[in-house]
Amino acid sequence: MLRVFALALALLCLTSVAQAESPATEPTTDIEEVLQQLRSRSFDDKAAAIDALAHSGHPRADALLKALQDRRLLLDRANDRIVLGERADGGWQLHDPLSEADLGTVESRAAAPITINNRLRRQIENLQAVVGLNNPDATLRRAAAISLIGTKDPDLLAALRERRAREDNTSVAAAIDTTLNTAALYSEDSDLNARLNAIEALSGSLEPTVRNALRSRLDSDAPSERKAVETALKRIDARTARYQTADTLFFGLSLGSVLLLAAIGLAITFGVMGVINMAHGELIMLGAYTTFVVQQIFPQGHEWSLLVAIPAAFLISGFVGVLIERFVIRYLYGRPLETLLATFGISLILQQAVRVIFSPLNRSVVTPEWMSGAWQINPVFSLTFNRLYIIAFALTVFLGLLLVLKKTRLGLQVRAVSQNRQTARGLGIRSDRINALTFGLGSGIAGVAGVALAQLTNVGPNLGQAYIIDSFMVVVFGGVGNLWGTLTAAFSLGIANKLLEPVSGAVLAKIFVLVFIILFIQRKPRGLFPQRGRAAEE
Amino acid sequence: MNLRDTFRRDRVFDVVRPGTRTIKPGELDTGGKYLLYMENITVSFDGFKALNDLTLYIEPGELRCIIGPNGAGKSTMMDVITGKTRPDQGTCFFGQTLDLTRMSETEIAGAGIGRKFQKPTVFPEHTAAENLELAMAGQKTTWHTLVHPLNGEQRDRIAATLNTVGLLDRHDHVAGALSHGQKQWLEIAMVLMQQPKLLLVDEPIAGMTRQEVERTAELLQQLAGEHSVVVVEHDMEFIRSIASTVTVLHQGSVLAEGKMQDVQNDPKVIEVYLGE
Amino acid sequence: MRHSDLKTALTDRAARWFIGILFGAVALVVLLNQLIPADSGLHVSSYTVTLLGKYLCYALLAMALDLVWGYCGILSLGHGAFFALGGYAMGMYLMRQIGDRGVYGNPVLPDFMVFLNWQELPWYWLGSHSFLFTMVLIALVPGLLAFVFGWLAFRSRVTGVYLSIITQALTYALMLAFFRNELGFGGNNGLTDFKDILGFSLREDSTRVALLIATAIALALAFVLCRYITGSRMGRVVMAVRDGESRARFLGYRTEHYKLWIFTLSAVLAGIAGALYVPQVGIINPGEFSPLNSIELVVWVAVGGRATLYGAVIGAILVNYGKTVFTGIMPEAWLFALGGLFVAVTLFLPRGLVGLADNVRQRLRKSDGNNSNGTANDDQPEAPHEPA
Repeated sequence: MLRVFALALALLCLTSVAQAESPATEPTTDIEEVLQQLRSRSFDDKAAAIDALAHSGHPRADALLKALQDRRLLLDRANDRIVLGERADGGWQLHDPLSEADLGTVESRAAAPITINNRLRRQIENLQAVVGLNNPDATLRRAAAISLIGTKDPDLLAALRERRAREDNTSVAAAIDTTLNTAALYSEDSDLNARLNAIEALSGSLEPTVRNALRSRLDSDAPSERKAVETALKRIDARTARYQTADTLFFGLSLGSVLLLAAIGLAITFGVMGVINMAHGELIMLGAYTTFVVQQIFPQGHEWSLLVAIPAAFLISGFVGVLIERFVIRYLYGRPLETLLATFGISLILQQAVRVIFSPLNRSVVTPEWMSGAWQINPVFSLTFNRLYIIAFALTVFLGLLLVLKKTRLGLQVRAVSQNRQTARGLGIRSDRINALTFGLGSGIAGVAGVALAQLTNVGPNLGQAYIIDSFMVVVFGGVGNLWGTLTAAFSLGIANKLLEPVSGAVLAKIFVLVFIILFIQRKPRGLFPQRGRAAEE
Repeated sequence: MNLRDTFRRDRVFDVVRPGTRTIKPGELDTGGKYLLYMENITVSFDGFKALNDLTLYIEPGELRCIIGPNGAGKSTMMDVITGKTRPDQGTCFFGQTLDLTRMSETEIAGAGIGRKFQKPTVFPEHTAAENLELAMAGQKTTWHTLVHPLNGEQRDRIAATLNTVGLLDRHDHVAGALSHGQKQWLEIAMVLMQQPKLLLVDEPIAGMTRQEVERTAELLQQLAGEHSVVVVEHDMEFIRSIASTVTVLHQGSVLAEGKMQDVQNDPKVIEVYLGE
Repeated sequence: MRHSDLKTALTDRAARWFIGILFGAVALVVLLNQLIPADSGLHVSSYTVTLLGKYLCYALLAMALDLVWGYCGILSLGHGAFFALGGYAMGMYLMRQIGDRGVYGNPVLPDFMVFLNWQELPWYWLGSHSFLFTMVLIALVPGLLAFVFGWLAFRSRVTGVYLSIITQALTYALMLAFFRNELGFGGNNGLTDFKDILGFSLREDSTRVALLIATAIALALAFVLCRYITGSRMGRVVMAVRDGESRARFLGYRTEHYKLWIFTLSAVLAGIAGALYVPQVGIINPGEFSPLNSIELVVWVAVGGRATLYGAVIGAILVNYGKTVFTGIMPEAWLFALGGLFVAVTLFLPRGLVGLADNVRQRLRKSDGNNSNGTANDDQPEAPHEPA
C-alpha cells in the first residue's frame, strides 16, 4: 500500500514535469546524490536510485533514465562520477549529465556504461510508461497504455485505473481498457463473470500480447470460459488474416508499381513503335546509377537529391536512347528480330561499361529520411513509406505519360506514326524525328524507373537484367500498344506474385507466374486488351 | 457480339469445335445448284462494318467478276471465304456440307479453294519451279513431304504449267528476282497447280502489259467451266472482255448483280462510281 | 530441281567438304595428341582436345538453332534450355557412375542428396544408372518439352518476337527452378565431380579423345540429317513457312505441324549437344539455362550465316575461339566485343560470313565477265517476311 502512495507521488511529480515543464523545485544537490548512488554494484541500490531519480521531479530525470536504458550513462573512472557519453573514435565523448556541457573526450577504458539487468530495464520502462500515461499528447498516452498490455504489476494497474477515470479521449480509454482487461485474464482472484466480460471485450484486439493472454486461458476449468476464449481467438485470427491479406495486397501493389515503372517505357518503344529494345533494362540501370552519382555529388543533400536525380536520369537515359535509335535501330525498322539482337548487344556493352566505370560491385543509395519509416495502422498492418511513395510515383508517371500521349502534339504525332508511317509522312510529320523522340521518351522513363528502383534495391550492373523479362511479360500480357493494359497487367502480376509467395515460396511463385503467362499468350496471343481491326492483323 | 455468342461452347473450346477434322477432297458435295453459298455475312472491325449482310452465290463453273470502289469489302469477302477472317454473323458454305466459317485456312485450301492475292505473294527465295511444287495438289503432311521426293510425272506437270504461263525459262530462277508481271503469272500458275474447285483471283492484271492482259483474260475464260472463278478487278475494260456476270459491292453489301451492260446502266451503280 | 534423298545428302559437294574438313581436323588433333611426345613442339595438349570437343558441341547446338531460325524463321531464345536439359540427363548418369567414391561414400545417393539429408533417390532419378536409359532421356526430355511448348505456341499462332520472348521466359523459368535445391539436381552447384563414363575414367586422355570423336561423329550425322531434311520437299515447305506463313497456309499446309516437328528435332539435337558437352567440361549447373547463354548462341549463328548449316558451325567455332582468346588476354573486353558483334552483324552482315563470302565470290565472278549464270542471284533475295 505504501508503494502505491509512493508511486502516486512520483506520478504527480513526473506529471508536473511533463505537463508544465516547470523548473525544478528541489535542490540540485539531491539529484547529484541520486546519480552517485548509481555507481553501486548492487542492483537493489540501483533500483532505489532509479526510483529516486524518477521521483526527483528534476527536468533532466526523463532524459537520464533514457540514457541509462541506452547505456549512455557512464562512470567516469578518473573523477569517479556519473557522466553522459557517446562513442567517438574508439573513445568516449563525455558530457555533464545535468548541463550537457562538453567534458572532452577520454580513452575507451577511462569510462564504462552503468550496467542494468532486465529487472531494472523493466522498472525503467514501467516508470516511463506511467509518465507516458499522463502525457498531454493523446497518441503518446495511447502508446504508453499499449506498451503496458500484459503487465500484472498492481502499481501500474492502479495507475492505469486512475488514468482511465480521468481519461476523456475514447481511443486512449479503449487502449487502457484493453490493458486492464488483459490483466483481468491473468488475475487469479477475479471471478468468472469478470473474466468472461474481459474476454468478450478483448475478442477483436490485434495485439499479440492479448492473444497470448487469451491463449493462457484455454486450459481454464470453466467450460464457458474456454468456449468464450475459443470464439475470441477465432475472431482475432479472422481479423488478423484479413489484415494480412491487405498487407499482401499492398506488397503486390508495390511490386506491381515497380513492374509498371519498368514496363511503361517498354510499352512505348515496343507497343507504340514495335521496336524490341532488349537494352531497356540497362536504361533502367543507367537511371539507378544516375541516382547514385547525384548523391555522390551532393553528399549533404540526401533529402532533396532525388529531385535532381529524377530529371537527370530522364535526360541521361533518354539521351542514350536517342543515340541507340539514331545509330542502330533506325536501320532496322521492320526487322524486329534483328532489332532484338542488336539491342541485346547494346545491353551487353552498357553493362560492361558500367562494370568498368563503377566496378562490378553493388552500390547502395541512401534513402532520404522522409521515405523511411512506416504508417502503422494497427499491430499487424503497416504501410511502409517508401513503398507508398513508389506506388504514387508510378501512378504519377503513368498519368503523365498518358497526358503526353493524349493531349500534346508530340503524342498525336507519335500515335499517327505508330499507326501508319506512310500516311503520317504524307501529312508532313517528320517520322524520323518522331521516332527518335518517342524512343527517347520511352528510354527516359526507363531512367526514371531506375531512380525509383535504386530506393528499393542495390544498384549494380545486373539491375536491368532482373527486370527485362518481367517488363516484357507485363507489356505482352497487357496487350501491345495499350497503356491501360500495361497498368492492369503490372498490378495483376504484382499481386498474383505476392499472393502466391506465401503458398509456394518466392522462386516458385515467379516460375508459376512465368508459366501462366506463357500459357496465357498461347491462349490469347494479343494480350488482355488486344488491338482489333485490320491494322492489327498485318 | 451478343451474350449468347460469348457462351457458345465451340467459341471457347477448340476441342468441341465441329469441322476441325481434315476434309478430304471427296467430301465436297457439289450436288446443289451452287458451289459457294454466302448468306447474310457481316464483319465489323471496331464498329466499322467491312461487310454488311452480304449474300452471294457462285455456280459451279461460273466466271464471276466482283467490282466496287475502294473499301467496298472485296478483299474482306475473300478473307472470309479463305478463312482468314471470321464473320460476326452469317453462314458461308462450300458445296452442301462444308461450313467455311468453321474451317481453318489450311482445311479450306485442302477442300479446293485457291486464292491469288492482290499483291503477288510468291516465295521469293524459292525458285519458280519450287513455288509450283509447294502449290501442287496432293498430300501435304510433314511425313509425306519428307520421304517422298517429286516423281517424274509431277516434275513434268510443273514444267508444263510453267510453260502455260510462259515461265519455263525461269524454271530455276528464284522468284524474288522475277519481274512484277512474272510474279503475277507465277502466282496464277501456283493457283493452277492447286487444281481448286473455286478460284479466287484478286486484281490479276495489275502491272501487266497489254499482251499479258489478253493472255490472262484467255486463261481465265479457259479455266471457267471446269473451275468456278471469282475475279476482283478495277479495270472495267478487262471485266467487259471476260465477264458473264458482274456483282457490284458497295459499303459491304451487294449493290447490283447481272450482265455487264445492265449493271453499267444501273443508276445506283452510276451514282456510286460518279459520286466518288 | 534439287533432288533429295539420303544419298545426295551424304555425297553432295557441301557434305563432302564439311565431313572431310571436320574429320581431317579431328584426326590431326588426335594424332598430334596421342603420337607426338609431350615435350615436342608439335604436341597438342589434352586441354586442346577437350577444347575442340567443346567447340564441336557448341557447333552442334548452333546447327540445331540454325535449323529452326535459319530455315523455319523461329528465333528461339531458349535453345540453351534444351542443351542444358540434355546435359543434366547425362550429368545424372555420370553422378551415378561415381558410386561410393563420393565424399560421403553413399553407394546410391549423390553427395548433394546426402547433404540434403535425403533418404532415397527421387523417382525421376530412377534408371539414371543405365547408360541406355540415359541416351533415351537425352533425346526425350528436350524433345518432349519442345513438343509440348511448340504445340501450345504454334497452334495459337504465337510468332515473331512474341515467340522469342516466351522462349526466353521458358529458359529463365527453368533456370530459377534448377537453382532450387528441392528440385533434386544439385541446386546452385549443379552436378559435378564426375569420375567415369561407361567405366572409363574421364581423366584419361584416351577417354577425352574418344569423346571428341563421338562429338565429331554426332555433328557429322546431324549435318547429314539436317541436309537431308532441308533438301527435301519438307525442307522447302519449312522455308516457305519462314518466308510467308499465311501464304503457305493458303496453299493447304498445316504450317504449325511443320514448325512443331522442326522445333522438336532441333531441341533433340540441342539436347544431344548438351549431353556430349557435360562429360568433356565436367560440370553442369543452372547457369547453362541463363538467357544470356541462349542469346549468345544466336549470335554464333548470325555471325556464321543463317540457313546454311555449315555457317552456324563456322560461327560457333569462330566466336568461341574468340571468346577463349579474349578472356585469356583481357577478360573485361570480351563483353564489349560480344556486344559489338551483335550490333555489327545485324547492321552490316545480315547474311553472316557465309553471305559475305558469297558476295565476294559473285563480285569476283562478275569482274571476270563470267556472268553466264543469268540474273537469278544478282539481287539480294528479298528480306524474309516476318510477321509483326
